[in-house]
Amino acid sequence: MTDATEMRRRTQELLAARPPAGTERLDFLRARFDAGLAWVHFPEGLGGLGAPRSLQAVVDAELAAAGAPDNDPRRIGIGLGMAAPTILQYGTEEQKRRFLRPLWTGEEVWCQLFSEPGAGSDLAALGTRAVREGDDWVVDGQKVWTSSAHLARWAILIARTDPEVPKHRGITYFVCDMTDPGVEVRPLRQITGEAEFNEVFLTGVRIPDSRRLGEVGDGWRVAQTTLNNERVAIGGMRLPREGGMIGPVAKTWRERPALRTHDLHQRLLKLWVEAEVARLTGERLRQQLVAGQPGPEGAGMKLAFARLNQEISGLEVELRGEEGLLYDDWTMRRPELVDFTGRDAGYRYLRSKGNSIEGGTSEVLLNIVAERVLGLPAEPRTDKDVAWKDLAR
Amino acid sequence: MSTQPDLLYSEEEEALRAAVRDLLTDHCDAAGVIARSESDAPHDLSLWKALADGMGLAGLLVPEDRGGQGATHREAAVVLEELGRAVAPVPYLTSAVIATEALLACRDGGDLLAGLASGREIGALAVGLHTAPGAAYATVRAEGGVLHGELSGIADAAVAGLLLVPADDGGLYAVEAGVVTVTPQVSLDLTRPVARVALDGAPGRRLGDAGPAVRRALRAGAGLLASEQLGSAEWSLTETVRYLKDRKQFNRPVGGFQALKHRLAQLWLDAVGLRAAARNAADALATGEDTDVAVAVAQACAAPVAVRAAEEALQLHGGIGMTWEHPVHLHLKRAKANSIALGTAGAHREALAELVDLRAP
Repeated sequence: MTDATEMRRRTQELLAARPPAGTERLDFLRARFDAGLAWVHFPEGLGGLGAPRSLQAVVDAELAAAGAPDNDPRRIGIGLGMAAPTILQYGTEEQKRRFLRPLWTGEEVWCQLFSEPGAGSDLAALGTRAVREGDDWVVDGQKVWTSSAHLARWAILIARTDPEVPKHRGITYFVCDMTDPGVEVRPLRQITGEAEFNEVFLTGVRIPDSRRLGEVGDGWRVAQTTLNNERVAIGGMRLPREGGMIGPVAKTWRERPALRTHDLHQRLLKLWVEAEVARLTGERLRQQLVAGQPGPEGAGMKLAFARLNQEISGLEVELRGEEGLLYDDWTMRRPELVDFTGRDAGYRYLRSKGNSIEGGTSEVLLNIVAERVLGLPAEPRTDKDVAWKDLAR
Repeated sequence: MSTQPDLLYSEEEEALRAAVRDLLTDHCDAAGVIARSESDAPHDLSLWKALADGMGLAGLLVPEDRGGQGATHREAAVVLEELGRAVAPVPYLTSAVIATEALLACRDGGDLLAGLASGREIGALAVGLHTAPGAAYATVRAEGGVLHGELSGIADAAVAGLLLVPADDGGLYAVEAGVVTVTPQVSLDLTRPVARVALDGAPGRRLGDAGPAVRRALRAGAGLLASEQLGSAEWSLTETVRYLKDRKQFNRPVGGFQALKHRLAQLWLDAVGLRAAARNAADALATGEDTDVAVAVAQACAAPVAVRAAEEALQLHGGIGMTWEHPVHLHLKRAKANSIALGTAGAHREALAELVDLRAP
């Protein structure tokens, strides 16, 4: 029933009913969702067909060949990669019906209200409070590093509902309406000059209990679904040789012999090899996933790429000599998309500094490798059985 | 690249690994290797017999119709991973890979292949172990049908019955060990000792042109050496993790200290990368696609990883790591010698500069 032939048949049926050339983009996307061809591994009625995830490629290829519009996944990555799997796993039927369709079509953009100024690597220590008042929760606090907050209609939010219990147990997971009174979004300017992220101030924001995801006090477990999907989204891309940041450096090296020095040559070759080894490691990981033998190697990929991006872009600034003294543009902007390899070498150098911080610092990831992959003992914990309100801060 | 390399291990390759590991667990313990390394017979010829005669592993790279197993570099790489893990003192890389590849490249000498494939004959290519694929190497004088000269740094020559000797006339000669003088050199790596080979009017049989044969042999050796280095790095990591979970100081397992955990996590990351690079080289040698780049990348990556793994293992074992009785020094010495064998990482990076067009100033 749900094999590749059937997928092709259903896709052609959609294309016949809504020829892309004569259909509004949004109408087409909604029809695709309703035909179960949005994410085929989702259940029927929620944009899917309960089919194996691997069959999505069949649908995507057919649609691309027919010139059908897509949902611009890069613009709505947080919704697709993090909010949707969490809503699917923990949402009520009503929540799934309300949220998933406009999330997938991109009509409603999502952002993530997790990190706080006082809760970075120790996310579970977060202090944004949600207090029950009748059928509502009243939320007060401050979130940070929120990309797309200024574009978003909805946010996934974790907040403290019980300060009397240890930190992991007193958290609850909500869907927050970003257009509600009390939600204030301020751009957070970065060292690159632009503001890709925001600070979000929440003051007396009322969230109805019907927009809670999962049980009261179970928010940490719900958030694990979100964060595990973030790591899945980061790995798994297939790169050609010189496909990453090494590409522009190698190109400059080849095209501009006058810039070459012996010292730069040694460093370039070393980094070229490291980039190629990282690419092969990613390719091996991908082959393991396809073969159904996922290994722990994924945990290391982000670590490797963060360091490489930083070192390669640092070398590139030096390679450019006099031009390395310049920067393309310091104007404060709010980009909708983030492209680590976009713009010039100076931008790449500065932006890649974030690669070892965002999505888990390299230091925390090394702990994770040491404890979960190598089985080394965890740090002694002084916060485990202490009520959140009594933690040092 | 027309196809993607296969970077995984097949079920058959995993079964081969398990069989080799079982044999080495039973017959190649570290204490025995350490004791043997200082004896007059540093090579373990009964282990060699079990690997070659018993399991047929010396003939993996030789086609079946020429007396071998007709397997590929992928399987040989798995064997080398396990031999590297055990620092096994057997002439597998030198005879079953390097000498065998040299013979396979020659017009004549097909009759010698079956001997190497069975393991009953051990072969050694008489080119210094430090030589990178494509680099210059020393030759002997061919004069009046016999060979004169001295070559040094020849790995495993002490147990070889057949020497493949390059001469100044451009030929590669088969020379029986009985007609030359082999003098062991005191070696950094006692488990793969090098020797001086002196030829004083030794009769030899010309097999073909030395240039392409040596190049092919060293390239295959370099590519598969990465798998041996991977095996050694894995041992260093696994053994150190095990020790640090067990060893207690300050009323805690030492492996719980973050400064040490991060070092071990970094080693793990490096080993994961080396595994991908080594598999890629083995696959490229088997398919013949993108082979020069794959081998150079693997060799530019492998030695720094394996050496650092052994050095970290020594440091993190503390005092016990400095003792003769603990096996970490076997890995340190092998890894350090391997960092020179078949070209340094730097030599392979220089090769890449040409191969991928990132030329020097």
